Amino acid sequence: MQSAGRRPVVDVVLNGDAAAIGAVPTRAKTLDRLRWGDALFHQLTRAAAVGVLIVLSGVIISLIHGSLPALRAFGFNFLVEDRWNPVTEKFGALAPIYGTIITAFLAMLIAVPIGLLISVFLTELCPLWLRRPIGIAIELLAGIPSIIYGIWGLFVFAPFLQQTLQPFLIDVFGYIPGLSLLFAGPPYGIGVLTAGLILAIMVLPFITSISRDVFEAVPPVLKEAAYGVGCTTWEVVRYVVLPYARVGVIGGVMLGLGRALGETMAVTFVIGNAHRISASILAPGTTISATIANEFTEAVGDLYTSALIALGLILFAITFIVLAAARYMLLRIERRIG
Amino acid sequence: MNSLYAARRRRNGLAMVLSVTATLFGIGWLALILGALLWEGLSGLSLSVFTEMTPPPGAAGGLLNPIVGSLILTVLAVLIGTPIGILAGTYMAEYGRYSPLTSIVRFINDILLSAPSIVVGLFIYEVMVAPMGHFSGLAGAVALAVIVIPVVVRTTEDMLLLVPNPLREAAAALGLPRVVVIGRVCYRAAKAGMVTGVLLAIARISGETAPLLFTGLNNQFWSLNLDAPMASLPVVIFQFALSPYKEWQQLAWTGALIITFTVLALSIIARMLSATRKQS
Repeated sequence: MQSAGRRPVVDVVLNGDAAAIGAVPTRAKTLDRLRWGDALFHQLTRAAAVGVLIVLSGVIISLIHGSLPALRAFGFNFLVEDRWNPVTEKFGALAPIYGTIITAFLAMLIAVPIGLLISVFLTELCPLWLRRPIGIAIELLAGIPSIIYGIWGLFVFAPFLQQTLQPFLIDVFGYIPGLSLLFAGPPYGIGVLTAGLILAIMVLPFITSISRDVFEAVPPVLKEAAYGVGCTTWEVVRYVVLPYARVGVIGGVMLGLGRALGETMAVTFVIGNAHRISASILAPGTTISATIANEFTEAVGDLYTSALIALGLILFAITFIVLAAARYMLLRIERRIG
Repeated sequence: MNSLYAARRRRNGLAMVLSVTATLFGIGWLALILGALLWEGLSGLSLSVFTEMTPPPGAAGGLLNPIVGSLILTVLAVLIGTPIGILAGTYMAEYGRYSPLTSIVRFINDILLSAPSIVVGLFIYEVMVAPMGHFSGLAGAVALAVIVIPVVVRTTEDMLLLVPNPLREAAAALGLPRVVVIGRVCYRAAKAGMVTGVLLAIARISGETAPLLFTGLNNQFWSLNLDAPMASLPVVIFQFALSPYKEWQQLAWTGALIITFTVLALSIIARMLSATRKQS
């Protein structure tokens, strides 16, 4: 032990007493090996990071490559044509695009207010000991795989809606001009409304957990000041918390929207898979992802396959824009919090 | 003055009642879904589910081949995805913490994290299934690996960033090169969090159906061949649930029960791991 102070500690740490004093060649070799190892590991991790970029560009390139035949055959009309006929090989993406947007819109319409109210409960009202269990319960909803929502939606939720909510909606709104179009047709159980409701349940945890996090990041001083001048809890939430957390909440909502747009299995089960655009939200429809999931393995002919991949490309483009916007907004609030 | 105050009180009361209702509503769905799963799935749960193959229509059978298939696909996907994810996360938190590459990768990774999984299926179809000319278990595993990578990258980076810098500085002051500092100090400090990330990734892929539909496809028979289509639990649930046969639908419910409780157990374990880390 007489020597520990005189040797570079690295030798002691790595080799114990193996690197004797004065064994210069051994030490140089060890240091050399470490330097090499370090450079190698550096490049290896860098390559993995670049690999992530390659995966994304691979996704984009392969989708564009795969959809070229369809885009060449139909051009811009692919986006605005609503016929989808595998027999005559005439494909237009309007019906699935419409279905994707309308189901996601319905889901957000329901999930955003409920998600925000839950976060208000969790941050302002809930006793401390209940916060964690309730938060976890809501987040477990996010952990349930989408196929489970699908099978539950098809066998439990859709029949339930068919007997209760849908006849009710038809009775109430069926005779009001204008609204009657929205709720026209028999109650099938499955359809656009059911898909929207299931999506709402699925994106609820995303919206809740992000808005809870940004609500919690509001400086307590601001809230205390508002309470100090006599504001009620609701007024504090409405005029202090929400304005402060606005950007973050919008980011969370966009993240949920990205999920709702791209969700596949749950929607495939309950939307009815009908390639048509119908004003009624009780009617069956289809979405981009449901169309791909249902038809891809059965697609005969290159043009059919290519049209489905082109649908995937459109879906990816839409979600990419939504998610990028969400990230940008969340980044802004992260910077402000510091 | 008094009526204004009463109105504000009323509005506050209404908002608070609504927020409690919303919370009950949210938790209610969890209870309803789990309840339905237990109700429908438990009655079909028996030993034969784990020992018999998927039956032809109208016959009794089990879920042995999809369960084994799912296990193989998941293990393979984790084996492929985790090393890449950990290395990339390490670069972002250690070597390249301030490099422009890191912020680009972080942005792209966040996009991949929430990108629609069916698009991943299309991607793997284009680069693996179409050139090879047939569906295969390997393609399914790679598709799942593409989903594993962003989850692991994200948690690895986050956890390594939480390791206090003085630890790194102390190790570096001993003359240790970065690779040893990372391997023996940072990884050890961040271990629990990184394991959590892998568990979350497993939870995420064990229920994924969409990317498997046209990569791993499905297989009615016992097959361990990675070059051939391979059965997996989610795809079998999809097929059986939409079939008109009672026995198949029952098996779909049972499979759904197995998947859900596996996933929930995984995410609860992950949560407990990260909770103990926060307390200590």
